[in-house]
Amino acid sequence: MTPNNQASASTISLTTDNLVVGYDSPIVKGVNLNIQPGKMSILIGSNGCGKSTLLKCLARVLPPISGQVLLNGKAVHQQPAKQVAKMMALLPQGPIAPEGLSVKELVSQGRYPHQSFLKQWSKEDEQAVNQAMQQANVEMLADRSIADLSGGQRQRCWIAMVLAQQTDIILLDEPTTYLDLKVQVDLLNLLSELAHQHQRTLVIVLHELNLAATYADHLIMMKDGNIYAQGTPEQVFNADNLQAVFGLNAKIIKDPDSRALVCIPSTQQPAQVVS
Amino acid sequence: MSHSRWLSWSGIVVMLGLLFIALIWHLSIGTKTIAINELMQSFYAYNEDNFNHLIIQELRLPRAIIAICVGACLAVSGALMQGVTRNPLADPGLLGMLTGGALAVVYWSTFVSSASLIWLPLVAALGALVSAVIVWSIASRVAGGITPLSLILSGSAFTAFTGALLAIHHLLDQQTFEEMRTWLVGSLLASNLTTLYWCLPWIIIGLVAAIVLAPSVTALSMGEEVATGLGINIARRKWQLLVCVVMLTSASVALAGPLGFIGLVIPHVVRFWVGADYRWIVPYSMLLGAAYLLFVDSLARWLIQPHEIATGLITILIGAPLFIWLVKVRVR
Repeated sequence: MTPNNQASASTISLTTDNLVVGYDSPIVKGVNLNIQPGKMSILIGSNGCGKSTLLKCLARVLPPISGQVLLNGKAVHQQPAKQVAKMMALLPQGPIAPEGLSVKELVSQGRYPHQSFLKQWSKEDEQAVNQAMQQANVEMLADRSIADLSGGQRQRCWIAMVLAQQTDIILLDEPTTYLDLKVQVDLLNLLSELAHQHQRTLVIVLHELNLAATYADHLIMMKDGNIYAQGTPEQVFNADNLQAVFGLNAKIIKDPDSRALVCIPSTQQPAQVVS
Repeated sequence: MSHSRWLSWSGIVVMLGLLFIALIWHLSIGTKTIAINELMQSFYAYNEDNFNHLIIQELRLPRAIIAICVGACLAVSGALMQGVTRNPLADPGLLGMLTGGALAVVYWSTFVSSASLIWLPLVAALGALVSAVIVWSIASRVAGGITPLSLILSGSAFTAFTGALLAIHHLLDQQTFEEMRTWLVGSLLASNLTTLYWCLPWIIIGLVAAIVLAPSVTALSMGEEVATGLGINIARRKWQLLVCVVMLTSASVALAGPLGFIGLVIPHVVRFWVGADYRWIVPYSMLLGAAYLLFVDSLARWLIQPHEIATGLITILIGAPLFIWLVKVRVR
């Protein structure tokens, strides 16, 4: 966007300090994380490893049991909620829009942290909403009801809502689940563009390993509530780590054209399991 | 947005018009029908010696104002509850406030004092408040805390329980039943201006708070995670909204008894017009709820003149078919 935005993206920092999160017992067990500004960080790990729990704690949906989440050096759970929401947005997993909400109304909700009782709907709000709808490519759906849209269109609208919030950091919890592969790729292209051309800092929980390896600037592999490995896909997306994190027997190959890494699960069962 | 905003604002004007028409009708009918020009005269050229002017200013206007307040309060608290609990069937009765208030009044007039009607509104409001607190704390002790489901389950259990206690009391004590039966179905017959003065601060604070908090209700209706992401302190905002609902509902129980169905139906009718944004649902519910109760109360006084039917029954007799029609239209 503007040079201004670029500058702000590089100064933004989101880190965790020995973070423990959970419900009754800890699920995330002492994680130290440093999210890179202006990059796409993707969290992967097997079911129940704590990746969504970690994201929820970053987003303030869950409080930490101990440790803290620091946004620009200050604990997010202690800051005024609205102020944090101007810097960091969240798209939770499988959000449900109330019946009867139009696309534009949904996207407009993203302006909530910028409004107050005395400052209801400003020109800036209108601009932000229009721009967000343009970026997410849902302008032509503006007056349609959310309920009438396909899964992929609906998810674009939610992304537009989060964009209208105009935050430097966006957290997304499994934004592509239950969507067709083509739609998943479209959405990830959109998100990648946000990070690389508009300097937004993205933290995404993703299920689909190959897409994670293709799109991540920084890949974070979680196992049993801890970070098992992190780095560029080149550094961490290998057979040993997949075996350790997912218990998955797989071969990693590199696509010669895109240079993306692809994992091919082995169809042969390991000998011990069979016997 | 400009187009739909314009539509929404003009809808407010239409609602105000409806409210005005309902008010005129409410004031002019009764045991004695009063012509519109005389009705108007009683406002701008009040004459103490004119008996009709007296009827309007001393009897009908207070009742109309109370109907407006109660209708607005119930519809708004229903709208808030539906938004926060994300349950389309939520209404003030859900938190057990209506039966709880009624039970408190019945016990009060049996065991403490049947003579002092002055205290009834306060007792009703206290009963409603205590019920809400009980239901809320039961729900918050369930694993997972306050969720739409835990609220509804504890609310229905509490409502059934207090309903049974009420029924037992009626069977055992016919005298109280005779005295209270009109009040118990919801009626504006016994309400008076003194009670209104007591309730008015609550009503005003509650309604203003509802309008101020309405944008966050929209966010909450999209789920707690989305609302958190948008910068809402969920626990605190829910408390504020609960207090708001309790103030509005207690005030209306105090004024008109356990008047059901308005809180359920009106927000749905309103959604049919303005969609899902509580910035509009709340003020529309306020106006339509007021107009609806005025209209229904007029019918209650008009249908079998010179007697009157309890307003609470007409509310349901008209509200139920309306609700069914809405369900049919929306599901289509």
